[in-house]
Amino acid sequence: MSPQNHQHAPLRLADEADAAAARDEAESGQHRFDEIIADDSRIEPRDWMPESYRKSLVRQVSQHAHSEIIGMQPEGNWISRAPSLKRKAILMAKVQDEAGHGLYLYSAAETLGTPREDMYDQLYSGKAKYSSIFNYPARTWADVGAIGWLVDGAAIVNQVPLCRASYGPYGRAMVRICKEESFHQRQGWEILYSLSHGTQEQREMAQAAVDRFYGPALQMFGPPDGDSPNSQQSMAWNIKRFTNDELRQRFVDMIVPQVEALGLTLPDPELKWNEERGHYDFAELDWDEFFAVIKGNGPLSRQRLEHYRSARDEGAWVREAAVAYANRVSQEQDRDQAALIGA
Amino acid sequence: MSSSADSSSWPLWEVFIRGSRGLSHVHAGSLHAPDATMAIRNARDLYTRRNEGTSVWVVPAEAIMASDPDSKGGYFESAQGKSYRHATYYTQSEGVKHL
Repeated sequence: MSPQNHQHAPLRLADEADAAAARDEAESGQHRFDEIIADDSRIEPRDWMPESYRKSLVRQVSQHAHSEIIGMQPEGNWISRAPSLKRKAILMAKVQDEAGHGLYLYSAAETLGTPREDMYDQLYSGKAKYSSIFNYPARTWADVGAIGWLVDGAAIVNQVPLCRASYGPYGRAMVRICKEESFHQRQGWEILYSLSHGTQEQREMAQAAVDRFYGPALQMFGPPDGDSPNSQQSMAWNIKRFTNDELRQRFVDMIVPQVEALGLTLPDPELKWNEERGHYDFAELDWDEFFAVIKGNGPLSRQRLEHYRSARDEGAWVREAAVAYANRVSQEQDRDQAALIGA
Repeated sequence: MSSSADSSSWPLWEVFIRGSRGLSHVHAGSLHAPDATMAIRNARDLYTRRNEGTSVWVVPAEAIMASDPDSKGGYFESAQGKSYRHATYYTQSEGVKHL
């Protein structure tokens, strides 16, 4: 018998034992996971979880993070052109919040075992998706208002139930985000209020912005329930709590009185109160446009990505310098310590 | 694409915030930073934009030791069945004041 054969047999036995142990662990892990979900409790990073749950969460949470990061751009463009110092300070605070939200979410996604660098790279390479709403331009100052009121407003409706998502770190990130987001929505509404109570021209600018962002904002909840294959699994896992259409309806019911308070209108002739349903009826949205934008054919899809890439490339020297400095300081400390011991 | 000096190659830090005087530091989240000084500065910008804190701790994530999650409830089970550790276990004194 050759020495090779000699080693072979025990190795195979060990492999089989390992495989059996892994099967046992998966079985008891799945059982415990199912119990936690059934109790509507929370899964934490070091718990066993099905690979599909982990993958689905990494996708959702990182896409959410990317959306916050890309979401800085439409408004960031207006910081230098904000109509007053106060508006500029407010807008900077809001854009800084979006950066913060992105970081909370990257942190949450990272607890699932995906290195942050991988997520950054996926966004950089264009492989990752983000909310298609950010591929629309902010053409006027009123658009900044409409983004705050409608886009952040839709985000809040989507995000409040996510505070109870079954994955602990995701839910905790969402709690923090939701607290901050309500300022965003109110400041947007106030921008539109100032404009709708201003000159005729300002009023028209406000109405045009609402007309532009109404449809895309409603599409932020995702495709209709019939076309949303992942929703059901996501709800079974207690990640998602309501369907896309339920959330969309909730949002429409919220914004109708809000647009009335602005003295503006929503661009939907079919919009009307349905006494029987206790909800507003509204027209079918342009889903062809939605899917075109998702596929990367949005008005600014290319520019948004290019801007992200250049920001990351141009900031590289700052990150490199910080690492070089940290290394030098730690080397100096080591040397000082060695000198002390030597003395 | 620059990767060697990307922020993800910065170590991970866990952030703890003291909400106000008299309270403990509580875990707020995590972040990447090249060193402790930058970690504290980033933590201030990331986790205390609205007066959430009066003090920040940062701890290298790798320095944290945790109980084994695989032990499930077992590790903490000894408290179960020991309801006599709680005041509510003692019921004879019901109706007697200040007890």
